[in-house]
Amino acid sequence: MKIALFATCIVDAMYPEVAQATVTILRRLGHEIVFPSGQTCCGQMHINSGKFAQAEPVIAAHARAFSDTDWDVAVAPAASCVASLGHQQPMVARRMGNDALAAEAADIAGQTYELSQLLTDVLGITDAAADLGSYFPHRVTYHPSCHGMRLLRLGDRQSDLLRSVEGIDYVDLPLADACCGFGGTFSVKNPEVSSAMLADKIRTVHSTGAEVCTGGDASCLLHMGGGLSRFQRTGSFEGTPDVTAVHVRQTSSTDVGDDNVDHLTAVVGADDDDHLTPGEKGTSPAEPSRIQSGFRVGQSAVHLARILASTKEDPLRVQSEGATVSGGSLR
Amino acid sequence: MTFLGMPLLPSTRRDRPTIPGGQGNIVEDESFAEVSHQHLSNQQLRNNIGHATSTIREKRADVVAELDDWEELREAGSRAKNHVMENLPEYLAEFEANFTAAGGVIHWARDADEANAIVTELAEANAPVLDSGRREVIKVKSMATQEIGLNEHLETQGIDAFETDLAELIVQLGDDKPSHILVPAIHRNRDEIRDIFEEKMPDAGDLTNDPTELAEAARRHLRHKFLTTKVAVSGANFGIADTGSLGVVESEGNGRMCLTLPETLITVMGIEKLLPSFDDLEVFLQLLPRSSTGERMNPYTSFWTGSTPGDGPQNVHLVLLDNGRTRALADEHGRTALNCIRCSACMNVCPVYERTGGHAYGSTYPGPIGAILSPLMTGVEAEENGSLPYASSLCGACYDVCPVKIDIPSILVHLRNEDAEANHSPVSSQLDTALTGASWMMSEGKRMATAESGLPIAHAVTGGEQINSLPGIAGAWTSSRDIPALPEKSFRQLWAEDEARAEEEDDES
Repeated sequence: MKIALFATCIVDAMYPEVAQATVTILRRLGHEIVFPSGQTCCGQMHINSGKFAQAEPVIAAHARAFSDTDWDVAVAPAASCVASLGHQQPMVARRMGNDALAAEAADIAGQTYELSQLLTDVLGITDAAADLGSYFPHRVTYHPSCHGMRLLRLGDRQSDLLRSVEGIDYVDLPLADACCGFGGTFSVKNPEVSSAMLADKIRTVHSTGAEVCTGGDASCLLHMGGGLSRFQRTGSFEGTPDVTAVHVRQTSSTDVGDDNVDHLTAVVGADDDDHLTPGEKGTSPAEPSRIQSGFRVGQSAVHLARILASTKEDPLRVQSEGATVSGGSLR
Repeated sequence: MTFLGMPLLPSTRRDRPTIPGGQGNIVEDESFAEVSHQHLSNQQLRNNIGHATSTIREKRADVVAELDDWEELREAGSRAKNHVMENLPEYLAEFEANFTAAGGVIHWARDADEANAIVTELAEANAPVLDSGRREVIKVKSMATQEIGLNEHLETQGIDAFETDLAELIVQLGDDKPSHILVPAIHRNRDEIRDIFEEKMPDAGDLTNDPTELAEAARRHLRHKFLTTKVAVSGANFGIADTGSLGVVESEGNGRMCLTLPETLITVMGIEKLLPSFDDLEVFLQLLPRSSTGERMNPYTSFWTGSTPGDGPQNVHLVLLDNGRTRALADEHGRTALNCIRCSACMNVCPVYERTGGHAYGSTYPGPIGAILSPLMTGVEAEENGSLPYASSLCGACYDVCPVKIDIPSILVHLRNEDAEANHSPVSSQLDTALTGASWMMSEGKRMATAESGLPIAHAVTGGEQINSLPGIAGAWTSSRDIPALPEKSFRQLWAEDEARAEEEDDES
């Protein structure tokens, strides 16, 4: 099948390895990948900011790029962007009085799948280890992300694929359906509320003891990865009102003891109750009991495409999204 | 009858006539971001709210899961409400005729001022002046009277309004504002409530923080009021057009006391509360209690139709309130917000509400529904309203739980567009400037490729490291989050290089 890749703006500019992984998976299944070169963005950033007039040319660029290229189905490693194509693009085009664009956008959206949708519903993949050779011997927790869960109704597609990866130690994320607080420009317009939501999300990620928090949306992972990084680097969310009282003690990398996670650096207050003491900034954690002590973590946010693309021959080095990844040739 | 509830024909924004907005009992004149800042740092409030909402969330989920036709019920509720809104003038006329025929008196109020004046006049005519020189009325908890600021208005007119709902009483005695439409005192814990009762109830004596004891103290305090006060003021959950009946659903029974014991009953109800007939209640009496309190049925459901000699209130009045509802109805993209049955399920699942509490929204209706109702009814022009549609991460949890399927996220986006078009500030904010630039860049793949060609330099400048601090609006992000290290090349560049390489290999072979 000829599959058109919609990389999405965040993946294209910040996480090229996620698009590379997507290509890798689909080529492994024998499909031809095309990349419509005129593509930019789904327009969600402008639409959700109320800038419909500014979104229209972005929507038009997407329609142009995908109309000019020949393909059978399109795929994006981003539930939120796929949801925007179907739920928002036609609506905004209509609101701008551009019915032709609305029809074209709806047409393209109807043939565009989120990665796990494509793998499961179109390509019939149920076992990532058997069908893709996926191998990832790490403790992984999974954040479903709001738009995948509530707009695309992905259900268990993503988590089922992850569970079928060889060697994976999959652990459920408590309160998984809670938003991470990114919300695009919400994180800039209401940074404090966004940070408070993020802090609670990071707490639950920590509570699982997972090395990797994964999901299907680079935008949510950008947010959570940025939070995990700050949290592990400084032990708190500086400048955020009372969002955390969990302190992370930096420790040497040898504590982790796994070559694949050699850069992982933090241990959550294991042997010292002070690390869980509330109130340093006049605060207390909402539910300190949720935070288990004594486990070793160095948590990263990694897109699930990269986990699925990882094999015994070409293992993924566990690094946060955005870090340079070794290997990753497209062919 | 006045010109109420008439939807405008579809029109463009430019030629839309200005419809008078409501007066929203706005308590804040700052933006959501500014007000929420104060509330975010109140850990006690966040703990109280977080505990209460998570408890009620679970209860709701359990009782909703019991019904295998929940989605059909939602659909039926949504359809019934849409039907009423499409035919509101006719249903209002039918309701008025039947309410009047049953012995009630209808008063039409365009806005809060008119409604307050009508209730004041009725209270002055029916409630005696006491030894204190003031008059008294008792009240059933009512969002409509909160919306118009009735208690505050009556106070200035020499009339004291006593709330009889337990939570509303706590708020009133504490000189506070409700922060949730169903659980007005959700932000208070039992220790705080004990302190308020001990201070404000003269006969309460020493109390513990035991809920049963606190409820008993309130009961003693209220019983005397029920038996002696001549005038009651209520809201209504439903108005039934074909019988002219009004209905109130509640948990405590205080409402029924108010509705039956006094001589005069004055109800204030929004014009959107109508249902065609009693048959429609089948759907709504399943949707409402399950969504609001997580109960299969609420303990007290009271309906009354006009007056009956020798039984119940003899003077039955109804103030039908517009206060911006016609304005909301005229908004083709936002009008389904009027389908709201005030269950509060959206508040209990909203991650923003959970962290800021209701006061941060600055008006009577907090949470996701408040973030759309307030701007729809009173306009986005006011700064405090214009910021409300942005008080959401658009996670969609509110839409999933809404018993009448109000697509709150889509209406939020619509209102953001209204706000952006209203163009509050002649000077673009940094974010607006960034979005304008991004729109230009993202309108052509080539422009985006050119922009991305700066990545190697940016990567070099940042030393391939994560970014921990940035100035300006990006600083809002880096206040609590790192930005990951930038890649050396965009995917677009990597793809192009790979294609070129493949072509070379093909040529060689």
